[in-house]
Amino acid sequence: MTALLVNGPGTETADDTPRRRGGLWRSVLHNRKALVGLLILLVFTIFAVVPQWFTPVTDPNALQFPPALPPSWAHPLGTTSLGQDIWAQLVYGTRESLIIALVAGFFATVLSVIIGVSAAYLGGVSDDVLSMIINIFLVIPTFPLIIILATYAGKGTLTVVLVVLVVTGWSYGANQLRAQTLSLRNRDFLESARVRGERRSYTIVYEVLPTMISLIVANFLGAALYSVLTAAGLQFLGLGNPNSISWGTMLYWSQNQQALQTGMPLWSLAPGLCVALLGTSFALMNYAFDEISNPALRPVTRRRGKRSKG
Amino acid sequence: MRYILRRLGFFAITLWAALTLNFFIPRFMPGNPVDALRVRTLNKLSPAALEQMLESFGYKPHQNVFQQYLEYLRDMLTGKWGVSIGSSLGEPVSSVVMHALPWSVFLVGITTLVAFVVGSLIGIVSGWWRGGKLDSVLPPVFVITSALPYFWVGLLLILVFSVWTNGFLPSDFNYDPSLQPAWTWEFIGSVIWHAILPATTILIASIGAWILTMRNNMITVLAEDYVRMGRAKGLSNWRVMTTYAARNAMLPNLSGLAMSLGFVISGAILVEYVYNYPGLGYLLYNSVESTDYPVMQVLFMLFTVAVLLALLLCDFAIAWLDPRARTKG
Repeated sequence: MTALLVNGPGTETADDTPRRRGGLWRSVLHNRKALVGLLILLVFTIFAVVPQWFTPVTDPNALQFPPALPPSWAHPLGTTSLGQDIWAQLVYGTRESLIIALVAGFFATVLSVIIGVSAAYLGGVSDDVLSMIINIFLVIPTFPLIIILATYAGKGTLTVVLVVLVVTGWSYGANQLRAQTLSLRNRDFLESARVRGERRSYTIVYEVLPTMISLIVANFLGAALYSVLTAAGLQFLGLGNPNSISWGTMLYWSQNQQALQTGMPLWSLAPGLCVALLGTSFALMNYAFDEISNPALRPVTRRRGKRSKG
Repeated sequence: MRYILRRLGFFAITLWAALTLNFFIPRFMPGNPVDALRVRTLNKLSPAALEQMLESFGYKPHQNVFQQYLEYLRDMLTGKWGVSIGSSLGEPVSSVVMHALPWSVFLVGITTLVAFVVGSLIGIVSGWWRGGKLDSVLPPVFVITSALPYFWVGLLLILVFSVWTNGFLPSDFNYDPSLQPAWTWEFIGSVIWHAILPATTILIASIGAWILTMRNNMITVLAEDYVRMGRAKGLSNWRVMTTYAARNAMLPNLSGLAMSLGFVISGAILVEYVYNYPGLGYLLYNSVESTDYPVMQVLFMLFTVAVLLALLLCDFAIAWLDPRARTKG
C-alpha cells in the first residue's frame, strides 16, 4: 500500500499552520500563475451571472437566424447550421459549465475531507477499510464507469451528471488528505487538544482542518478541473441533456452536424476553447497552490554563478 | 515478497469490487435493460423473447440475486461473456471485443509508454537545471496542455492537418479501407499513417502531467542529503542525476503511471470516438448507443483489468527500484 500513498510534493505541507491563514490571500495575489487563473475564472463568473450583458439574444437555443452564417457584427462567431447564434450560446453556456465545476468540485472535496481525514484520524480497522475503499476508487477507471452510470440512470439531467462526478471524483483528494492527516497525527498541538479532553469531532474541525486549508483548496481546484473536463466529455458524447445550454452540449451538436468538415470550425473550437480555458484556470491555480504550500517548488530567480558547475 | 503478495491481494479485491459494481449498477438503476431493449426493438419482440435474449448475459430477474451474482462472477472470470445484443447482434462478446482490443493496445499502450518515458526525461532535465531556460518555459506551458480536453485537441488537429490541408493526414478509421489487412508494408504503413493524429492527440494531452510531476519530484529529491552526499563524493553530474536523483524521483511517478492510466483510458475513449478509431473506447461508445449491456459490462471489466495490470507491473518495477518496498512490505 505504501506505493499508493506517495503523491508527489503536494503532500508534504505539514507546516502550513493557521498563523498563515491571512497570508494565503497575499501569496495567491503574489503568484502570477494564480493571478492569471483567478482572472480567467472571474471573467467566466461574470459571463455566468449576467449573460444578457454580452449578447442581445435572449434564447440562445431558438432556431431564429439563417443557418451557417460566417462571423459578422451581428453574430461575432457566426451561426450554427441549425440557425443559432454561436456567441450567444457560448455566453449562456458558461453558467452550466461553471456550476458543474463548482458544485461537483465542492461536494467531491467535502467527501474527500470527510473520508480522508476520518480514515487517518480514526486509525485502526476503520482506516484499513476506508483506505481500501479510497484505493479502489482511485484505481477503477472512472470515465467508463461514468458513461455506464449515465446510461443506466437515463441520459441526462444535471443532477445525474453532478452525482456521477462527485462519486467518481473524490478519491484522489481523500488519498492526499489522509496522508497529510497521518503526518499530523502525533503533533504536539493535537496531543494538547487530547489532553484538554476535547471531543474528537472538535479536534478534527477546529484543530486539524485549519492546518490543511491550502491542501483542501488545492483539492477543490483539482476536483473542479476534473469535473469540467469530464462533464464536457460526457456531454460531447451525447450523454448529457441535449437541450441544455452548455459548452459540452454545443460540442455535441457541432460534432453531430459535422461542423469541422462543413466549414464552421468556430462552432467546435469556441466551446472547446472555453472548456480548455476554464480547465487551465483551475490547473494554474492548483499548480500555484502547490508552489505556495511547498516553497521548494517556487520558481527561482536565475542567479548565475551561485551553482558552481561540477 | 510480502510486498508483492499484498499487491496481489489488492489486485484481487479491486477486481472483485469493480465486478460487483458492474453487477449491481444495472440492477439498481431506474433504467431496466428489458425496457431499454424493448424501446430499441420498437416493440417488435415479445417481452419473453427479450428476456430470453437478456438471459444470455446473466440477466435473470426471477432468480435469487445472490445466485445470479455468483453465476455472473463465474462467467465473467471464465470468459463466458455471452452474446452481443447491440449492432453486431448475436456475435459472441469475446469476438467483438477481440476485434477492437489490439487497436487500443496499439494506440493507447504505445502512446502512454512514449508519453511516460519522454515526459519523465524532460521532467528530469527540467528539474535538474532548475530555473534554467527549459525550466522557465516548460511548466506553465504544460500546466496548460494538461488541462486541455483530449477530444478538443483531437478536433483541433483534425481541423489543421486534415480539413485545412485537404486530408493530408487521415482523420478517420484505423487503416485505408481499400486495403486488405495483411502483413504487407503497404498495410502497416497505412496503419501507422492513420495512427499519427490520434496518437499525437493523446501524447499532447497526457505528457504535461508526467513532465510536471517528474520535475516536482526531482526538485524535492534534489534537496535530499543523499544527493548532496553523492556530489560530495565527487561523482559525475550524470551519475548523481541518474542513479541518485532520478531513480528516487521516479518512484512516485511510477505509481502515478498506473493511477493515471485510468485517465488516459478515459481520454482515449473520446479520442477514439473523435477519430472513429475502432478500439475499445469506440466500442464502448457504440455499445452505450445501442444499449448493448453484455458488451458494456465486459468492457468495463477489461478497462479495470488493464489499469490493475499496469498497477501490478509498476509495483514490480518499484520493488525492483526501491529496496525499502521489498523489505518493509
